[in-house]
Amino acid sequence: MTAVEERTGTTPGPEKEIGKARRRKEDARLITGKTTWTDNMVLPGMLHLAVVRSPVAHARITHVDVSAVREAPGVIAVFTGSDLAEEQGSLPCAWPVTPEMVNPGHPSIAVDQVNHVGEAVAVIVARSKTAAQDAVELADIDYEPLPVVLDMEEAVADGADLVHDHLESNTSYHFVFDAGEMGTGSDTDQAFADADVVVSRRLIQQRLIPAFMEPRSVVVQPQGDNYTMWSATQIPHILRVMAAMVTGIPEHKLRVVAPDVGGGFGGKLQVNPEEILCLLIARRLGKPVKWTETRSESLMTAHHGRDQIQYVDIAADREGNLKGLRVRLLADMGAYLRLITPGVPALGAFMYPGIYKFPAYRFECDGVFTNKVPTDAYRGAGRPEATFAIERIMDELAVELGMDPLELRRKNWINADEFPFTTVAGLAYDSGDYETATQQALELLGYDELRAEQQRRRESGDRVQLGIGISTFTEMCGLAPSRVLGSLSFGAGGWEHAAIRMLPTGKVEVVTGSTPHGQGHETAWSQLVADSLGVPFEDVEVLHGDTAISSRGLDTYGSRSLVVGGSAVVKAADKVIAKARKIAAHLLEASEDDLDFEAGKFSVRGTPGTGLGIQEIALAIFAAHNYPEGIEPSIDAEATFDPENFSFPHGTHLCAMEVDTETGFVKIRKYACVDDVGTIVNPLIVEGQVHGGLAQGIAQALYEEAVYDADGNLTTGTFVDYLVPSANDLPHFDTGNTVHSAPGNPIGAKGVGEAGCIASTPAVVNAALDAVRHLGVTDIRMPLTPERVWRAIHRGGDGGDRATAGSNAYGGAQTETTAGVSTDASSLGGDR
Amino acid sequence: MTRISVRVDGASYDDDVEPRTLLVHYLREQLGKVGTVVGCDTSNCGACTVHLDGEAVKSCTVLAVQADGAEVTTIEGVAGDGSGNGQLHPMQKAFHEMHGLQCGYCTPGMIMASLDLVKENPDPSEDEVREGIEGNLCRCTGYQNIVRAVQQAAAEMRGSDGNGNGHVAPAEVDTAAAPHVVGQA
Repeated sequence: MTAVEERTGTTPGPEKEIGKARRRKEDARLITGKTTWTDNMVLPGMLHLAVVRSPVAHARITHVDVSAVREAPGVIAVFTGSDLAEEQGSLPCAWPVTPEMVNPGHPSIAVDQVNHVGEAVAVIVARSKTAAQDAVELADIDYEPLPVVLDMEEAVADGADLVHDHLESNTSYHFVFDAGEMGTGSDTDQAFADADVVVSRRLIQQRLIPAFMEPRSVVVQPQGDNYTMWSATQIPHILRVMAAMVTGIPEHKLRVVAPDVGGGFGGKLQVNPEEILCLLIARRLGKPVKWTETRSESLMTAHHGRDQIQYVDIAADREGNLKGLRVRLLADMGAYLRLITPGVPALGAFMYPGIYKFPAYRFECDGVFTNKVPTDAYRGAGRPEATFAIERIMDELAVELGMDPLELRRKNWINADEFPFTTVAGLAYDSGDYETATQQALELLGYDELRAEQQRRRESGDRVQLGIGISTFTEMCGLAPSRVLGSLSFGAGGWEHAAIRMLPTGKVEVVTGSTPHGQGHETAWSQLVADSLGVPFEDVEVLHGDTAISSRGLDTYGSRSLVVGGSAVVKAADKVIAKARKIAAHLLEASEDDLDFEAGKFSVRGTPGTGLGIQEIALAIFAAHNYPEGIEPSIDAEATFDPENFSFPHGTHLCAMEVDTETGFVKIRKYACVDDVGTIVNPLIVEGQVHGGLAQGIAQALYEEAVYDADGNLTTGTFVDYLVPSANDLPHFDTGNTVHSAPGNPIGAKGVGEAGCIASTPAVVNAALDAVRHLGVTDIRMPLTPERVWRAIHRGGDGGDRATAGSNAYGGAQTETTAGVSTDASSLGGDR
Repeated sequence: MTRISVRVDGASYDDDVEPRTLLVHYLREQLGKVGTVVGCDTSNCGACTVHLDGEAVKSCTVLAVQADGAEVTTIEGVAGDGSGNGQLHPMQKAFHEMHGLQCGYCTPGMIMASLDLVKENPDPSEDEVREGIEGNLCRCTGYQNIVRAVQQAAAEMRGSDGNGNGHVAPAEVDTAAAPHVVGQA
C-alpha cells in the first residue's frame, strides 16, 4: 500500500512533471459552479425545443395532426417528419464492417414509420422550455401497430417478423474473423476435433445505458450562412464533419463547440438525431435554438451499450493446454445503425483470445436489428464483452479440468520474455508482465487468507459463502493506427493533432484535438509540455473542444487521449524546440550543434553562464528584430501523430465476494487490482480513471440492465429503475500499478480510461460463482440481483430473466411516453 | 404568478414565479445561478442539491414558492464570506486535493450534500460518508476519492488537531497520490 514510484538513475535537475500527482487545473471552475455546460447557455432570441416521441416500438404513422400544438401559448413552430423529410438525410454510420452490411438508413425524425419507443415524431419550438413541453401532449398522432421484434434469437429465425419490412431479414451483417484463413492460427474445426476437452457456454451481455450525469444538450446559433453548434459531445470534430455531410451545410460554415461536458463514457460519441434537428430548425427559423433532454429522454433515446448473446466454445487437452477458441455472437444493433453501432462487436473480435496463447481461433458475429434504441459505444466498446467471455470460460474450463483457475491461466498466458507477441487474432501485444501484476494483486487482496476462510465457511455450511473471482485481462487501446482502421473499413483515421503557440510573455497555449469531458487533459497536457519545454506547469494553458480553435482533431474515446493526443503534443513541443534552437544559435552566436537544451534553456556547451530561455526566445521572436535569414519569425509548431500499433494495457483483478445463500444477496468483501497502463503521467488521474471504470464494470455485474417489456417499452426509464450505483453500493478499491512503458509512443503510455470497466465484470461474476459452485450453480445472469442469485441456488439455471414491469421487484415504472400503452402481448407488463 | 422574496447566496431577490416553477429552474433560469444543475427528473441523482435555510434539499423537488422568505445557498455561495469569491471552503478544497471529481457535473450537489453531512456528523467514518451521500450519484469517480475528500474536509472543519473519534484521520488516509508501482521496465 505504500510503495511509490521510484525512478532510478535520476540526474540532478528540475523536478519532472511527468509522474507527479498534480491537482487538476480543471477543478477551479467545477468546484465553484463557474461552469459552461451547454444548457447554461442563453442567447438573445433563443427558442426552445421539445421532442414529441413515439410511445410505441413498431408502427406505421397513419395520421399526424399538430394543429392544436400550433395554437398553444408560446409555440412558434412545429415540425413533423414530413416537414423535414427532404432535408434530413440519414444519420451517419461510419463503420460498414463488411461490404455487404445492410444499413436501412437512420432518419433523425420518423416520417412514416417508427421503429423504437422514443423515436422523434415531431419537434415543437416555443419561447420557453416549459411552453414547448406543455404542448407535447397536444400532438395528435395515430399509429398502426406492427409486430414488435425484441428477441435476437427469434429475430434471426426463419420467418421472423421484420424490423424493416423492406429488408430481407433482421440481419445487418455477418462478420467473420478466422485465424486459420488469415494465417495467424491453425484450423479451428480441426483443433476442436482433436481436443480432449471442449467446454461450451451461452453467455448474456445485458443491455446497458451509459448514463453520463450531464443530460445531452444542444444549442445552435445561425449567423447569416454560418452556424455555431454547442453540444454536450465527446466528438466536436467528427460531429462537424458528419453534420456538414448530413445537412449539406458546408463544413467551413459550421463551427462546433464542446464546452464543459459532463461525462460521456462512449454515450456522447454520437451524431445525435437532436443535433441534426437543432441544426435544421435553426436554419429554417434563422433563430438560435436550444434542446436539453430530460433524464427519461436520455435513458430512452440516447444510445445504449452491450446487448450481445455470446456462444463460446473452448478446447484444451487434459493437462490444460489451450487448443482452440470459437466465438459466435448475436449483437443487438437496435432499430438503426448509428455512428459505430456495427463496429462495436467487431472491435471486440480481436480481444477474445485475451492474454492466452491459443493456436486456433474463429469469430463470427451477426448484427441483428430489433425494435429498440440503437446500441453503440459504451466504455470499452466490444472489449468488455470479449474479456467477460474469455475470463468466464477460462473458469468454466478450470472447473471441467479440476484445475485451479489461476494455474490454468498461468499455464497459457504469454510470458514476460515473449513480448512483443503476435496473437492468434493477429495483434502484436507490445509489453507487459502478467505474472508480476498477478502476484502483486494476490498480495493486495490477501488471497491465501481469504481462500482459507472460504474453505472454513464451506466446511461449516455457513449461510454466507465466500468466493474469489479472477480476471487477468488485456485490451487494445490508443485508437488507432489509421491504416489498420482503413483495413477494418472504418470511415476515418486514428491520428491526433496538437499545436503549441508560444506567446510573447513566454506563456504557452497548447491546442489539442482530443476533447476532454472529465479526464483531466488540461492538467496532464500541461505536465507533458512543462517537461518538454522546461516551462512552469502554471504557464501552460490547454485549449480544446472548439473547431474554430482546434482545427484538426479526432476527439476522445477508446483510451486514446494521452496515447495518441498526448503524443501529438510531445511531437509538437519537439518541433518548437527545434525552431527555437535556430533562434538561440543566432542570438548566442553559436553553432546549433553546440547548444544544449535543458530545463527550458539553451546553453553553449562548455561555456558556463551562457544561456537563453525558451520563454525569452518567444519574446525575441515576437519582436522579430533579430533572427536568422531564411526562416520564419515564429517558433510555434504543430504535429499530427498517427500510432503504428495499438497499446495493450493489462492487469489482474481480484474480487472476494460474499453470497448469502438464503437471501441471494451478494456483497463485495474486497476488491484488489494491479493494472499496467504504461508510463503514468499523473498518478492521481490514473487512479481516478481506474476507480471510475471499476464502478461501471461492477455495476454491469451487479446492478444495471436496460429492460424492455414485451411491447418494447423501456421499463428502466428513470434512475429509480436503472440502478446507477451510489457510494453505498460500491466497495473500497485497493489498486496498484506495474509499469511497462508502451514502445509505440513517445510517452510510453498505454491508456487507462477503460481498464477498470473491462476487467472488473468477469472478476465479480467469477467470484459469485466461486462462492456457490459447490451448490451446483454454473452460471448466474447479470446483473446478479438477489432474486437471480437466489433462484440460481435454489431453482437451478442461471437465475433467469429479470423481472420487468408487473413485478415491483425492479420498479417496472412507466415513463410518460409509455403510459397507457399495452397490447395482448403484454404478458410481463399486463398488471402495471 | 406568485410573488416570492428569497435570499440567494447573500443577495435578496423579489420575483414573480409560476406556482409550478421548481426551485432549481428559478435559480438557473430567473437568477442565472447555473452552478446548480439538473441531472434527473426523479430526485435520484442529487446534482441539484442546495441548502434551504441551512438544510440540504434537492432543488428539483422544491417549488420556488416554498423558498419564499427563505435563505438559499448554492455552490456559488460557498466560498469566502458567502459571496462565492475569495478563499475556497474546506470542502471545495478537499474535493480538489483528493481528486474527488472528474467531469464535475455532480460536484456542486455532492459538495452541498457533503456539507450537510458533516454538519450532522463532524467526524464521519468511511461507511458513514458512503451512507450519507447515497442520495447523490456520481458516474465518474467510483466515489472513493469523494469519500476521502469528505473526511479530509471534516477534519479541517473541526480543527486539524487530528483528534478524531477513533476513525482513521484523513491525513493518514492513503492519499490517492501513490500508485503502487512495483517495477519500471
